[in-house]
Amino acid sequence: MPADGGIGASPKRREDVRFLTGKGNYTDDINVRGQAYVHFVRSELAHGHINSIDTGAASAMEGVVRIFTGADFESVGGIPCGWQITDRFGEVMQEPAHPVLAQGKVRHVGDPIAAVVAETYEQARDAAEAIEIDISELPAVIDMKAAVANSDVKVHEDLISNLCYDWGFVEENRDAVDAAIKGAHHVTTLELVNNRLIANPMEPRVAVGDYNSATDDHTLYTTSQNPHVIRLLMGAFVLGIPEHKLRVVSPDVGGGFGTKIFHYAEEAFCTFAAKACGRPVKWTSSRSEAFMSDAHGRDHVTKIELAMDAEGMFQALRTETYANMGAYLSTFAPSVPTWLHGTLMAGNYKTPLIYVNVKAVFTNTVPVDAYRGAGRPEATFQLERVIDKAAREMGIDPIELRRKNFITEFPYATPVAVEYDTGDYHATMDKLSEIADLSGFEARRAQSASNGKLRGLGVNCYIEACGIAPSNLVGQLGARAGLYESATVRVNATGGLVVMTGSHSHGQGHETAFPQVIADMIGIDASMVEIVHGDTAKVPMGMGTYGSRSLAVGGSAMFKATEKIINKAKKIAAHLMEAADSDIELKDGQFSVAGTDKSVAWGDVTLAAYVPHNYPLEDIEPGLEETAFYDPANFTYPSGAYACEVEVDPDTGKVDIKSFAAADDFGNIVNPMIVDGQVHGGIGQGIGQALLEQAVYDSDGQLLSGSYMDYAMPRADDVPYYTVDHSCQTPCTHNPLGVKGCGEAGAIGSPPAVVNAVVDALQRAGHDITHIDMPLSPSKVWSAMNS
Amino acid sequence: MTKVSMSVNGRAVSGETEGRTLLSQFLREELNLTGTHIGCDTSQCGACVVHVDGKAVKSCTMFAAEAEGADVMTIEGMANTDGSLGMIQQAFQDHHGLQCGFCTPGMVMSAADLLKNNPKPTETEVRAYLEGNICRCTGYHNIVKAIMAASGQDVTIAAE
Ligand code: FES
Ligand code: FES
Repeated sequence: MPADGGIGASPKRREDVRFLTGKGNYTDDINVRGQAYVHFVRSELAHGHINSIDTGAASAMEGVVRIFTGADFESVGGIPCGWQITDRFGEVMQEPAHPVLAQGKVRHVGDPIAAVVAETYEQARDAAEAIEIDISELPAVIDMKAAVANSDVKVHEDLISNLCYDWGFVEENRDAVDAAIKGAHHVTTLELVNNRLIANPMEPRVAVGDYNSATDDHTLYTTSQNPHVIRLLMGAFVLGIPEHKLRVVSPDVGGGFGTKIFHYAEEAFCTFAAKACGRPVKWTSSRSEAFMSDAHGRDHVTKIELAMDAEGMFQALRTETYANMGAYLSTFAPSVPTWLHGTLMAGNYKTPLIYVNVKAVFTNTVPVDAYRGAGRPEATFQLERVIDKAAREMGIDPIELRRKNFITEFPYATPVAVEYDTGDYHATMDKLSEIADLSGFEARRAQSASNGKLRGLGVNCYIEACGIAPSNLVGQLGARAGLYESATVRVNATGGLVVMTGSHSHGQGHETAFPQVIADMIGIDASMVEIVHGDTAKVPMGMGTYGSRSLAVGGSAMFKATEKIINKAKKIAAHLMEAADSDIELKDGQFSVAGTDKSVAWGDVTLAAYVPHNYPLEDIEPGLEETAFYDPANFTYPSGAYACEVEVDPDTGKVDIKSFAAADDFGNIVNPMIVDGQVHGGIGQGIGQALLEQAVYDSDGQLLSGSYMDYAMPRADDVPYYTVDHSCQTPCTHNPLGVKGCGEAGAIGSPPAVVNAVVDALQRAGHDITHIDMPLSPSKVWSAMNS
Repeated sequence: MTKVSMSVNGRAVSGETEGRTLLSQFLREELNLTGTHIGCDTSQCGACVVHVDGKAVKSCTMFAAEAEGADVMTIEGMANTDGSLGMIQQAFQDHHGLQCGFCTPGMVMSAADLLKNNPKPTETEVRAYLEGNICRCTGYHNIVKAIMAASGQDVTIAAE
């Protein structure tokens, strides 16, 4: 490992100093002179017709600047959806309007109806109480299967039903899969729920709109993972502001996990209201608002069938899922249960025939969209759960059954349209076996038993597709965006570099890790490289951070731009040393002429670029600044094997995680410390999903888990120390860094390990239990044991 | 509006507040001490923890007026006098105990309170003490490790 902060080192994070001393600059820390504050009046009903809104008394209250309702937004666009799915019959999905403030109807608890702008938060809140809203309540559409079966009550009257789309993949394989399942030696079937979650980054969303009437410039400060995406969606589709008149800034962002990808109504509102009111307008979400306005995640109801021959070789897989879209289509919602889910159904296995059916459904709930892993956790969970069940039915050891079916040759084209470039699934399983001490399990189990506890072991694999994504491919699949990434590398005269990256860091440590790559390429100290991100006025058009894409795609753009810099710098060096370009070598920040002792330092060349007295002006321009856009050739395919050991208390049903081990293959690693941290965080969220978290709606559409009193976030004493390893490395073959991405793996790989472990513990204790739906709360586990 | 005066990070301060103004709001909006974060409205996340008269307090659970005359310490007061990171802050950086940084001020303030009262806590005690501080990024592994390290204990058991 280099000690100098290059690739493979773990320098301390430079961003930490400001976060540890209270000097971060989060969006809520930004106050613009003269700002007013907005409070949204949100629907308390899940579904209803708005008969009237009386703002008269409220408008007259102290401090009120202006009150807005849906009528104020009739002349602007609605919140757009960024992905259009074509269903199995060749029809495009049903796509409802999504107004900034409700028009005519409310469709979920939390749907914004009106907004009060006032001098202070308190005044805005007080006036909101005085607004009189008359709504006729309608029956709520909550259960997905009922919503599809019965179209009497529709979330959107102008659509033909509550079904957004009925997607089949690969549709041409449908009959062959049916036939293979019909004729199979054994078919294992499992029905399960992937529980609805709320991302809950610790920083609630914030938006501050500002408008300069003299220049007609708009600025939006917002808690976004991708400011350019917001600029494009909001500018072009909602408010009609050309991009050169709209600046979007996302400074320090306190976690995202997907839920800060999307363009939200509150952002458009603050931008619109700043102009309408003639002063800056700020909104800070309360946590209670976040529960009912941040896009939720997961919420799939699935039936999966796995057909095997007598030896346990997988023959065919069929899966049928109902996926909740909520009341409106959030930015990337339609892609999550389809292209981010169906394409992963092969997992790590050579199943020759696969058919995936997904029915996406509108309900009177908060919109559902990508949450850490987005579609891939849902695919992994059902696949790894059904394999575990199949192993027991077939009398084959669960690890053995997986190994038998592993893909071992690469590249490997799956029957679900993707091609894995590299991987070594036996290697990660071997590594797991070592770090989790799988052979010592029996002894630990006996020890637990002597303490009256039921110990279980759960093991599973995962594969994910990240580094999204080739633009031409996603275009064919319905994306309304390209998914390249950009970087501008600006070298200053004295040799320091500023990198303007389209990636966004909201906890991932880009300011530390990205310079390591450049430092390595040039052979300079990483402290000479500064990273700038999160401001559309500063960085080139970038697509932002999600889908574990920052290093694989954003890092590759930075690599390409740096290569251009080095090529130009070599030309300058050749001129300075009166040598041929092709003879110049760059090492440790020194340019030298091959086979001679002539050399010039990096700083001499950068100075010459900006003080071009002795310079090949006839061949090259002065200056040293390059931009690259990198569009990936394929997804990247991190993979791994995870093991969880639990103890179940037979008296209470409480599950204790005794150990958790993760062996991942992320390809090459730039900063091992940061990678460990990403995996830890993902595992923490996965354990949360498996044991604790669930967004619960009652049949009237009331959100019962609307605060931290009801929504169980994992706390420090719910989780153990984790054992993580990423020494198995099969580098990605199609990006210049050979990296695959590590941000989502933990959240994808961990829920099935936990559930497999609990089911294992119960079965070993003689219970005939094959599945319990997440979260595995004590009451659910106890009920299963005692039913 | 009433006037409140208190000492914050060793400096005498005063400001006008409404009776309903929370200490967390007062610190952020009146004093511009934005290191104290607000992550919830039910007093559960712990992002807002400060010390009031030497005790860790969720600053969203008390009114600014209640801190009249009190000695308040926030994350901005935790560095050494020369500006370098204090011991607990340094341990968080050394052990990658933070990612997005939003929970971090509360975590550091809570950790300081824990170590003051229990200088050599066990891992179980650290985890139990952090019940009132939610972190969504780190899975707590490196936070616990950082606090154990800050207490001078061996953290190799938690090595990856
Ligand atoms: S803001 Fe005080 S506990 Fe959450
Ligand atoms: S570091 Fe992000 S919430 Fe703890």
